[in-house]
Parts: sequence; structure tokens; C-alpha cells
Amino acid sequence: MPDHLPTDSVGIVTPQTLHFDTPITLACDRTLESYDLVIETYGALNADASNAVLICHALSGHHHAAGYHSKEDRKPGWWDSCIGPGKPIDTNRFFVVSLNNLGGCHGSTGPSSTNPQTGKPYGPDFPVITVRDWVHSQALLADRLGINCWAAVVGGSLGGMQALQWSLDYPDRIRHAVVIASTPRLSAQNIAFNEVARQAITSDREFHDGRYFEHNTLPRRGLMLARMVGHITYLSDASMGEKFGRELRDQAYKFGYDAEFQVESYLRYQGERFSESFDANTYLLMTRALDYFDPAYEHDNDLAKALLLARCEFLVLSFSTDWRFTPARSQELVDAMISARRKVSYAEIDAPWGHDAFLIPTPRYTAIFESYMDRVAREVDV
Amino acid sequence: MRTDLKIIEQWISPGSHVLDLGCGDGTLLDYLQREKRATGFGLEINPDHITTCMSRGVSVIEQNLDTQGLGNFEDHTFDTVLMTQALQAVRRPDVVLDEMLRLGREGIVTFPNFAYWRLRWYLVRRGRMPESETLPYKWYNTPNIHLCTFKDFEALCYRKDFRILNRTVVDGEHQDHWLSRLWPNMLGQIAIYRITREGS
Repeated sequence: MPDHLPTDSVGIVTPQTLHFDTPITLACDRTLESYDLVIETYGALNADASNAVLICHALSGHHHAAGYHSKEDRKPGWWDSCIGPGKPIDTNRFFVVSLNNLGGCHGSTGPSSTNPQTGKPYGPDFPVITVRDWVHSQALLADRLGINCWAAVVGGSLGGMQALQWSLDYPDRIRHAVVIASTPRLSAQNIAFNEVARQAITSDREFHDGRYFEHNTLPRRGLMLARMVGHITYLSDASMGEKFGRELRDQAYKFGYDAEFQVESYLRYQGERFSESFDANTYLLMTRALDYFDPAYEHDNDLAKALLLARCEFLVLSFSTDWRFTPARSQELVDAMISARRKVSYAEIDAPWGHDAFLIPTPRYTAIFESYMDRVAREVDV
Repeated sequence: MRTDLKIIEQWISPGSHVLDLGCGDGTLLDYLQREKRATGFGLEINPDHITTCMSRGVSVIEQNLDTQGLGNFEDHTFDTVLMTQALQAVRRPDVVLDEMLRLGREGIVTFPNFAYWRLRWYLVRRGRMPESETLPYKWYNTPNIHLCTFKDFEALCYRKDFRILNRTVVDGEHQDHWLSRLWPNMLGQIAIYRITREGS
């Protein structure tokens, strides 16, 4: 944390764990008898509970979206740039709820949690969770918090898919869906990258068919590779070029295969750090949830038909250099919304950082996000 | 309120689904939403205008008519397709007009009249490309790459078999004036046309 708390920070925040006793049946037809969801909230819920905003996280995200956990915290939450007093998701006006999704590895029940039936970690026995399951569990969370209707459900990437799914599954419980740097379904290329990541993990000798905890080990190498390949898809050629170019760690080539280029050592460092803090089974689960997401599938592959279910208004944003979920994918979503006569606004934001741009504030991104959320707030009189 | 909005409003039936090409800051759509319970979208490329639209609750899509066209919209999606003061700035006005009447039952177009007497006089007297309050650009940096006269526009409509349902000619402040009704192509500054393909 900086010496003095910035005035636009939500400050020191404490996560809470909510326990759910009612069994939840999942898309895979399996049931979780009970589960925990870890959440953080920022701001205050108003009297008629109309000012609540749900933040949905992306692949490796979690509940800690804004503020600091302690004074010793080096970095704030993952979307601190957009959540706080006076920021686009203004905590002076909104009650913001951020959770770690089911299947995650930051405190909510997931593959690394203890299976009450065996007393051991679930590991590979944890059911595959879909975006729809997440939205279902988030609706149960809303019930628990006394929120009947979200002013907005907001998310980037995989988080945007959850916002979209919300609009279809609970049309009366969401006023606005903000879908950022997302896509209505993964392309073959997207799935291919996920498959490389999964193969990296499952072919690690320490993976032990997902039961690495029981062998007192971790598939670090596999998870590191998975993250390295994923990380490349989050950046753009230009931003990597800008950051690293062909810069070497030393003066000259060494004619060997160690990390000689800066970009190599950066990727290795990022991968290693990630492999210490993230659960491999959760990574498999999250990538699978991405692969399976396809709301049009149940509607004759007609996205516009699926969107006829929605009642909310949409804001769709894409970033010019995002090649993971390109602006064309967002436009595909927007076109379906237009065809279904849903209310939608769309902008393509010029930003050099590839897919990661949704986490980085730029003047235009902030201005659009701010003015849209300002209107959402005015609509619910806050 | 702007006079052109008042004129356009008369031609929009309540509850219409409208598309506004080059919707600017969304003033017109906002007005039609409130006064006519209209629904629909605006297309715009100016970032500041897009932001303003979003903050006033006008659905706006960032889309460039010249480079992206309107191919993403299905036939007969709208009751009315509007384009105010943008026809002269697109690369192919004829194609855009065709598209407007593919997407909508009716089209409403406003554009400046290049045959307005002041512009004629400017050209005659100075021998240089006219500049005016409505056309404040130099020939080399103007966004208005396809200026035309009312006569030109009507000739195009005739060629394309469009029917002109209404035409209102106004001055630079969008005021109706008896003089511009007398001799529109000489005395009118801006025209508001309502066109359709039906029944023609």
C-alpha cells in the first residue's frame, strides 16, 4: 500500500466467507451439497437495495477487486483502477459486490477445498462448473445479500460472459449488463490455446491425475507453461515489442537455451509466480468453462434468438489490439442484440495492450465507463 | 428547441423504431425517445459524441458508415432511418441512401444546399470554393466531400425511384422562411427530405 491511502481508494477491505447449505445442482447434473463463496463488498447498499453492482471476474481473478487487505499490501485489488470513490464504478453511489467464483482457488469452494465426503481435497473429483452455474450461484448470493435486482452486472473477458449469461437467465434481476473485452463464444483458436494450457498441466509428472495434494506436490512446471502461453494471448505484439523488444538480459548471445531475451525471463517469472499461487485444477476448470460458454447453442445457434430472453440494457466494449477476443467478436454480439431489438451501446477503444487493456485505464475507456455508470446510478436515484 | 427536430418529429409516428446515422451527441434520438416513445440506435464515430450519447441514455453504436457500411443490419429493421447533415460527408451518398431504404420503410435526410445564393455569389465574386457558417471548412480539409444542390438530390431520387414524401427547406438556423419556399434551390440553405421506396 502507498504511504497515504489515495482518496479514490476504497481503503482497507476484509473478505467475508458465506456458507451455503442448500445443495446446488450444476449443468453437469452433479450436485454440490454445500459450498462457500468468498466475497468483498465496497460502498453501502441503499434502502431499497437498488444500487448493487456485481463484479464478475475473469479466468485468474478473484473476489479482491479493489482496495487493500492490509497496510503491507503491495498492490490493490485487480480492478482498483475502475472501482472506488469517484471512479467509474463509484462506491459513493453503488454497493459493489465482488466474489470468487465456485471452482476458484481463493477461498470459495473449489478443487483445492476439502471434500466433506472424503476429508481430502476434491482435486479432479470437483465437478466441472459452467458460466451458467456461476450465474446461478451468484443469484443465490444476491438472495442472501437481499438484492433482488442488480443495477448492473459488470465483467471483462470471462467476467463479461457472466454478465451476458445473467441477462438471459435472470432477465428481471438485472438492469444493465456491461460486457467488456468478451465474446459470445470461443473460437477454435481460443479453444486451441486453452487445450495447450491444459495439456501443459496434465502432462506434468507432478500432476498425478489431479491428485497432487495427496502426493504433497504441485504441477508447477505445467501450470507455469499454461500461464506463459495464456499470458502471450493477453498482450499484443505491439505492447510486447514496446516492453521488451529484442532486448537481451546480457550484452551478447550466449549460444545456449537459457532465458536470454528479456521477454523470456519475463514470461518465466510470471509463470513461476502464478504456479505458486494458483491451483492447477481450477485452471483446468476455468478454461473449460470458457470453452463451453455458448448461449446461442440452446437456441439453434442463433444468438439473436437467445437474446430475446434479455430485458436489460447492454454496454459492450472492445479494444482495438485485443486478438484474443477481437472487436469483431464484440460486434457479433452487438449485431445479435440489434437484431433482437435489445438496447445496446458499443464502442471500440483504441488501446495498445491487447486483451489486458480492459484492466488498464485510458482516458476514453474511463470516460465511457464513467458516463455509462453515471447514468445507471441516476436511473436508480443514487 | 432546434427547428429541424420539430420538423422531423412530425414525420415520426409514436413508438417508431429508428436508426440515426451519424447521430452526433444524441440530441435528436433523446428527443424522439422522450416525445415519441421511439426506440432505436444511433451510429457515430466521434468519441466525445459517443460518450455524451451514453450518458444521456441514447443507445449508440460506434460504426463507420464509410469503412464498415450497414451490412450488419437486417432488411426492414426500422420504421425510419435518419441522417442529419451527414449525407455530404459520406464516401458514397447513393449507396447510403439505398441502404437507408433497405433497413427502413422511410428515410429522413437533411443536408446543406450548395446552390444557396450566398454560396453561388461567393464563387462568382471570389472564384474560390465557398465558405460559410454552415460550411466553415477549406476545400482541402472539409469533411463535406459530396456537396450537392437540392436539384441534384432530387435527380438522384428520381433515378433511384425513390418517392419524396415531404420536403421542407429552412435557413441556417433551421427556420422556415417564405423566401426559401418561393425559390428553394436558390434561397434555401438546408433541406429536410422524407423519402421512401414504397409505392413508387
